[in-house]
Amino acid sequence: MMNPISIQFDKVSKTFRGNKVLDDISLGIQQGDRVAFVGSNGAGKTTLFRCLLGEYLHGGTVSVNGKAPRNHRQEVLKQIGFVPQLPPPLKMPVGQLIQFAAGVCDSDAERMFAVATQLGLDAHAIRRQPFVKLSGGQKQKLLISIALGRDADLLVLDEPAANLDPAARHIFFQLLAQKQREVAMIISSHRLDEVAALVNRVVELDQGRIVLDDHVADQVAMDSLLDCRITLSRADSAFAETVREWGFQASPKGSVWTGKVAGPDRLRFLGVLSRYAGLLKGISMEEEI
Amino acid sequence: MKALNLPARPSLTALNLRFPKWPDSGQLHHLRLTAMADINESLRSRWFIVYSLIFGGIVVALFMTGLTESRVMGFTGLSRLLVTYLQITMAILPIFVLLTTVRSVAGDREAGIFEYLLSLPVSLSAWYWGKMAGRFLVVFLPVVLAMLVAVVWAALKGADIPWTQVLFYTGFLLSLAWCFLGIGMLISTLVRAADVAQGVAFILWLVLLLFLDLILLGALVNGGMEPDNVIALALANPLQVFRTASMMLFDPQLVMLGPSAYLILDIFGNTAYLLWALLYPVVLGMGCAGLGYFLFQRGDLP
Repeated sequence: MMNPISIQFDKVSKTFRGNKVLDDISLGIQQGDRVAFVGSNGAGKTTLFRCLLGEYLHGGTVSVNGKAPRNHRQEVLKQIGFVPQLPPPLKMPVGQLIQFAAGVCDSDAERMFAVATQLGLDAHAIRRQPFVKLSGGQKQKLLISIALGRDADLLVLDEPAANLDPAARHIFFQLLAQKQREVAMIISSHRLDEVAALVNRVVELDQGRIVLDDHVADQVAMDSLLDCRITLSRADSAFAETVREWGFQASPKGSVWTGKVAGPDRLRFLGVLSRYAGLLKGISMEEEI
Repeated sequence: MKALNLPARPSLTALNLRFPKWPDSGQLHHLRLTAMADINESLRSRWFIVYSLIFGGIVVALFMTGLTESRVMGFTGLSRLLVTYLQITMAILPIFVLLTTVRSVAGDREAGIFEYLLSLPVSLSAWYWGKMAGRFLVVFLPVVLAMLVAVVWAALKGADIPWTQVLFYTGFLLSLAWCFLGIGMLISTLVRAADVAQGVAFILWLVLLLFLDLILLGALVNGGMEPDNVIALALANPLQVFRTASMMLFDPQLVMLGPSAYLILDIFGNTAYLLWALLYPVVLGMGCAGLGYFLFQRGDLP
């Protein structure tokens, strides 16, 4: 257990060439908060993250436990695990990236390798491979491993699970569940349904302003699993391809499919099923005890 | 009478001026990690292979053309090879250093690499100076190693080794590499777009190359430029300083430079000019790099 964290944004504003990207943002985040930052492209989510990480100069103040990230970079950033929206095109090999990150974070590289293994990525096997040559999913897993494989009081996750397969998403949610009481989390997404089940608070940004700041029901356990059974009116190859990606298995006739869905992924899964609404005869989802 | 409401004079704290502190062991560790990352990145890149092959190739070509055997103006053997090597290096090294540095630094920022790596708790000074230290080793070592290969080869062939000359040339190369690395870091900080930064670097190199001795002589004769201004320009141009100093070791009377040699030798004398050639580019590079760091840590990082 690390220090309780308190983050304060006070009248934060940022302008690029006369264009106001953040406009008087005031917000407080405490330990145990899991905040979804939602909003369309250009709403200001990434800019706000960069102010929090001390990367941008800005108007107003940002403080993490009373310290400005820009003036106390190392102290503040030691407390923050960050996963960017777009993986950087780093040419350095995977092993070297992990060693570098562990070195500057005073962490143990093996912890990062272990998280990668949990996420289904054998980072030791690809340690000589340049990071930029990995697939989108592999890059995402590795960046998550670096963020979660170190001591952090705040996780800043910019669209973290977008490139993960359902199995890796479930493990990722389990890893977040293990940390949820010890840390604060800020998770950004274009869509609320992608992250709704992960958070207990939603902040919506629009054109650099907060237009919604609300607490949400926190009833879905992040590490829960749902047993699912889907009955179709007839077998369908497109449907089969889609649900196989979720690890589902078919009955011999291909009209009944069974599998497991991570609790926080239920909305996302139902969104996928909605594309095949005409085929569905029955859906059953039951939480495993 | 109404009192004037003058703004308070800003204090040093308000201006956020902080004097550099001696790095602690943690910062040195981060500096080493950043330098190693940069070295590894360079060793894997194609430009480094081309760069090393060019300097190695120059030495091989100079041996193959029999330069060590020729006798011109009373100098034979390795000294002539070395001075030729340095004259060629003077033209190639700066542009290589400038272009690869701005491409790497401004390019990394543009590609979003800074956004991620600077979200890790690495200090900005360790990051900036670590990058510079790593890059310095990468640009300096191939050039010097190629020269040392020539020295070893000549020694094996039984030639006399002009050790003073070798040591000075190593120093000149060191100071030239540092100078242009510092300029490259400054350009990368000032110009955020990689392609614009490369353009600026190329134009700067071209200007410095244009203002070498022959053009200056032309400006003196045809343009009616004041001799003092011409000398000042020659002394301010790190390429000219390197060129003159490398010739001075080979030809202490600077016979090859003609009448301008009188000015240089009268004003400075040999030793002082050699010291100028060693120190001035280092100070210039350090000044540029320092200004670059000052601007880097005061602006938006990604």
